Amino acid sequence: MSADNNNTANEVFAFSAENAELAKAEIAKYPAGREASAVMPLLSLAQRQSGGWLSQGAMDAVAAMTGLPAIRVYEVATFYTMYNLKPVGKNHVQVCTNIACMLKGSDEIVKVCKKRLGLAFGETSSDGNFTLSEVECLGACVNAPMMQINDDFYEDLTGETAEAVLQKLANGETPKPGPQSGRKGCEPAGGLTTLSAVKGG
Amino acid sequence: MLSDKNRIFTNIYGLNDTSLKGAKSRGDWDGTENILKKGRDAIIDEVKSSGLRGRGGAGFGTGMKWSFMPKENDGRPHYLVINADEGEPGTCKDREILRNEPHKLVEGALIASFAMGAHTAYIYIRGEFYREAQAVQRAIDEAYADGLIGKNACKSGWDFDCYVHLGAGAYICGEESALIESLEGKKGQPRMKPPFPANCGLYGCPTTVNNVESIAVVPEIMRRGGVWFAGLGRENNTGTKLFCISGHVNNPCTVEEEMGIPLKELLEKHCGGVTGGWDNLLAVIPGGSSVPVMPKSTCDNVLMDFDSLREVGSGLGTAAVIVMDKSTDIVRAITRLSAFYKHESCGQCTPCREGTGWMSRMMNRIMAGDATVDEIDTLEEVTRQIEGHTICALGDAAAWPIQGLIRHFRTEVEAKILQGAGKNNSRTDAA
Repeated sequence: MSADNNNTANEVFAFSAENAELAKAEIAKYPAGREASAVMPLLSLAQRQSGGWLSQGAMDAVAAMTGLPAIRVYEVATFYTMYNLKPVGKNHVQVCTNIACMLKGSDEIVKVCKKRLGLAFGETSSDGNFTLSEVECLGACVNAPMMQINDDFYEDLTGETAEAVLQKLANGETPKPGPQSGRKGCEPAGGLTTLSAVKGG
Repeated sequence: MLSDKNRIFTNIYGLNDTSLKGAKSRGDWDGTENILKKGRDAIIDEVKSSGLRGRGGAGFGTGMKWSFMPKENDGRPHYLVINADEGEPGTCKDREILRNEPHKLVEGALIASFAMGAHTAYIYIRGEFYREAQAVQRAIDEAYADGLIGKNACKSGWDFDCYVHLGAGAYICGEESALIESLEGKKGQPRMKPPFPANCGLYGCPTTVNNVESIAVVPEIMRRGGVWFAGLGRENNTGTKLFCISGHVNNPCTVEEEMGIPLKELLEKHCGGVTGGWDNLLAVIPGGSSVPVMPKSTCDNVLMDFDSLREVGSGLGTAAVIVMDKSTDIVRAITRLSAFYKHESCGQCTPCREGTGWMSRMMNRIMAGDATVDEIDTLEEVTRQIEGHTICALGDAAAWPIQGLIRHFRTEVEAKILQGAGKNNSRTDAA
C-alpha cells in the first residue's frame, strides 16, 4: 500500500498517555472479544494525534491494540475517505460540490478557494497550512453551499464569506462556524413559519 | 397545515436550550418509567397502531420491524443500532435531531431497546458530524448522570447502555448491513440477505437498525398514543415528517409537516416559494438523490408521502426535497449524481462497481459534447443491467436518477449532445 498512497513514512507511532486512555474507553464500548469494533475510532484518534493523517506505523499500532492482522486495518483505512494516508495541511478545507451545493453556487466557492489558496483539489500548500479537497454531500443541504474545515461546517456561503473564512484562518484566527448568513441553523431565512409560539428551555 | 401543538420536534432549530433541563421542560423524559411499565408487547403494538413507517427511506413499518426480533432470548444479546449515517445528497434532517433534539433520540433508544429486549444501543453517526456526535454524547452523559439510562434505567429495572460510534466517510454505511459490518470494524460492504439482521445482525446477534427520526418520534407516540399519530397525514402514510428543502427556493429550510402535504404548499408556505415563482420551476427530486426526478407537471399536484410519490414514479425517500428552477442544467445535475454513485460504490458487486463507472463516464461524454444521440439508449440499457442485479440498493439508486432524466428530460439530453456535436464530437456518425 505504501507505493499506492505515498505512505512511505513507516513512522513509529504510539498513543500519548491521554489518548491511550481514550482508546481504552473506546474499546470498552464493545463486548469482550469484539475489540475489532474499535478499529475505526482508534484510527480516528491516531489521525488526530498525528496532525490529520495516518502513517503505516499508526495503523500498525491500532492493529496491535485491537488484535487484528495489520492488513485488516489497512483495508479499513483505505476504504473510508476520512482517513488521510498522506499528510494534510493544518486546515483541511473540504468543499461540497454535490447537487444541493451545486444548485446554490458551489462553483463560485470552489473558484474562490482555489484562487485564495493557490491550490488545486488534493493539493497542500507548501507552508503546510492548507489542504483543499472536493467532497461529497456533507448533510447540510438546506445551508448550501458549504464547506467543512477540520471539525466545523461553514454554511450559507458566498464567494465573499468563503474568502473571509479562509482569510481568518490564514491570519491564525478561528472563524465562527455555522451559517455565515446570519441564520442560526436550518430555519427559513425569511422568518419562522412554525414554532414561533413554542416556549421551552 | 400542521399546527404547532402537533409538532414533535419543538426545538428542531436549536433556538432553545438543548440540554437535559431544556429537553425536560419541553416534555422529553416525562413518564418514561410508565411507558416501560406497559411492557414490550404493548409498546410494539402502540408503535404499530401509529402506522409509523421508517424515516430512513425505505418506509417499512417500524412496529412491524421491531416485531421480527425474537421474543425469547436464546442467550445471544439483542442490539438496537441507530442509523445516523445521514449522507443521501439533499438530506440533512437527522443532523438537526442529533444536535438540537438529542434527548428525543436517547429516550427513544431506551424505549425501542426495551421493546426489543436489547440492553445496548449503538448510534452510528457519520464521521463528518463530529460536532453533532459531541451533542449526542453530551445528552447520553446527562442521561446517565440523571439515572435515565444505565443500570435500572428510569427505575424500570431494565439495564440500558447507549454508545456513539463515529463513521469515517462512506455513504454505503447508511445501508443497514454495511453499517453493521462497519460497526464490527470492517469495510462497509453490504451483506447478503437472508439472514436478516433481526436473526443475525451485529456480532451474529438479533439486531434492528432504525433511522434517527424513526426512533426520535417514538417517545411522543408513546405519550400521546398511536391513534394521535395515525390521525395525522393520510391512511398508510401517517404522522408528521421532517422535510429538508434545498436548492432553488427563496428560503431553504428543514421543517416538520404533516405527511401528505402537497409539494406546492410545502414550498410556498415554508420556503418562500420557488425562485422566480412557481412557473419558473423545472423539476424536483422529492426524496434525496436516489429517487427519480419529477418534472413540473407532476409537481403541480403531487402529495408528499410514500404512496403518492410512488404512484408518480418517484419516492419519498428521506423527504429531502431538491428544487431546481429553469436556470438549472438538469443534465449537469444528474451527471454530478452519477459521479457521486461512482465514488460511493463499495466495489463488491460487479454490475455496480463497473456500471457506476460506465454511467458516470457516459454522462461525462454527454456533458463534454463527445456523445451521440444513440448513446442515450445505450445508457438506458446500462442502467437496466445494474438495477436489481446487486446485493444492496446502491446500484438501483445510481440507475434511477438517469432513468428519470431520460424519461422526463430526453429532449434536454439530446440538445446537450447536439450542442456539443460540432464542438468535440470525435465520431463521424454524429447525429
